[in-house]
Amino acid sequence: MSRYFTRFLLVMALLLSANSFAKENETSSESGKDLKTEIKEYIQHHLKDSHDFSLFSYTTDAGEHKYVGFPLPVILWDNGLKVFSSSKFHHGETLAEVDGNFYKLYHSKIYKTDAQGTINYDEAHHPTNAKPIDFSITKSVVMIFITGLLMFLLFRGLAKSYTKNNGIPTGVGRFFEPIVLYIRDDIARPNIGEEKYKRYMPYLLSIFFFIWFLNIFGLTPLGVNVTGNIAITFALALLTFLFTNLTGTKDYWMHIFDPLGDTLPWYGKLFLYPILIPIELLGVIIKPFSLLIRLYANMQAGHIVLMSLIGLMFLFKSWLGSPLSFGLAFAISLIEVLVALLQAYIFTMLSALYFGFAAVEHDHADAH
Amino acid sequence: MEKLLEEFSLGLFFWQCLLFGLLLFLLWKFAWKPILNAVNEREDGIKDALAAAEDAKKEMQNVTADSEKLLKEARAEREAMLKEAREIKDKLIADSKEQAKVEGDKMLKQAQAAIESEKKAAVADIKSQVANLSVDIAEKVIKEQLSSKEKQLKLVEDMLGDIKLN
Repeated sequence: MSRYFTRFLLVMALLLSANSFAKENETSSESGKDLKTEIKEYIQHHLKDSHDFSLFSYTTDAGEHKYVGFPLPVILWDNGLKVFSSSKFHHGETLAEVDGNFYKLYHSKIYKTDAQGTINYDEAHHPTNAKPIDFSITKSVVMIFITGLLMFLLFRGLAKSYTKNNGIPTGVGRFFEPIVLYIRDDIARPNIGEEKYKRYMPYLLSIFFFIWFLNIFGLTPLGVNVTGNIAITFALALLTFLFTNLTGTKDYWMHIFDPLGDTLPWYGKLFLYPILIPIELLGVIIKPFSLLIRLYANMQAGHIVLMSLIGLMFLFKSWLGSPLSFGLAFAISLIEVLVALLQAYIFTMLSALYFGFAAVEHDHADAH
Repeated sequence: MEKLLEEFSLGLFFWQCLLFGLLLFLLWKFAWKPILNAVNEREDGIKDALAAAEDAKKEMQNVTADSEKLLKEARAEREAMLKEAREIKDKLIADSKEQAKVEGDKMLKQAQAAIESEKKAAVADIKSQVANLSVDIAEKVIKEQLSSKEKQLKLVEDMLGDIKLN
């Protein structure tokens, strides 16, 4: 166990150092703008999803941008399905012409433009061009797929090792089995209850490892900010919301629509309930919404802080400042590893708590 | 909020739902179910094994108690047997001693009787021989003493003297 853990830490440390190295490469040069805005834009760009899987880019002596990575398929719905490779955009430098339509990549979003690629803005500097519905296989989608595949192989292997080895896991399963047991014994059981925890277990285990792995991948040189993307956290929170309310017991709904029960006569309820019931209903939505925002904000903030500190190294350009911000970036990286685990834990824990509310079954009279 | 909405990508949301849904289903079926079952089975197995061990311990205690009881009984029996044997032995020895004594006494008495009769026979024999001898001696002495007249007279006188004394 401890041997695996040490190996794990070692791998993480290597990945983290490679991470900062990769970013150093990326931010190193871009002519025209000053370094500060360049770094800011780079961070902004990194936080967003990307239509191609580029590891880093550099500029040749001739001033030409070179990207290391590979393009991904773009799938658009614009009066019909349009599929083409993202290499057509040349990383946003050129227009992509498909079936006589022109598309431009602007701040990681695809807009429909004319042949010159003009973007029209409103007063708040938002583009007003038409946006085709974008179902592209983006960098995040690729990472979700890879994570899913990894999880499936990992846990399928763990499941198989039980039958092969008389109920004792082997290999990397020895590291993950205690975590699975922890989620069962310290998250699901106490929060949901002994009778009903079993049906929520697969979901809890899946979100925990999914969020944790993606958080960790976000810290690797791949640097994909998947869990810091609002669409991802929204989808996860939506699932928790659906699971909570679709499995809600009669007591759960009674608690929402009749929170005071027998403690108040009906004429009292007449005055209180127009206020109480909307609050309770709002609570049903706010609970998963807090999950959504918490994960998004934490991962987003972590990436911003980490990249800003790395960016500082280039701004300081001194013997004192740069090592200092390197040290800080390293320390924050380690904290981010912890945060990656912590956020996965919190998401799972709170989901279990909400499931516990939904699965509650008690005698209303004595419980309040 | 506006920024968040702007950032929201429908395509990514779609892919996330699809891929995560698929992942959830596959893991549910092929990973979590067998893992949780195996773990439960193992835990039940451990519980059963512990209970069985407890039972075995109790059984063991019973068996020990039983065997101790048996041992005690056996020991008591052995002691009783030994005691009995000793008694029998003592009795045998005593009996045989007594018998031997009786027999010895008997033999001794017979021997004494035999000796007595032998002695008597011998004494009788000696007496007759002494009588013969003394008769012979007396004959010779008398013959000697009575060889002369004076001597015969003297004898008669002595005898007469003796008779007077008697």
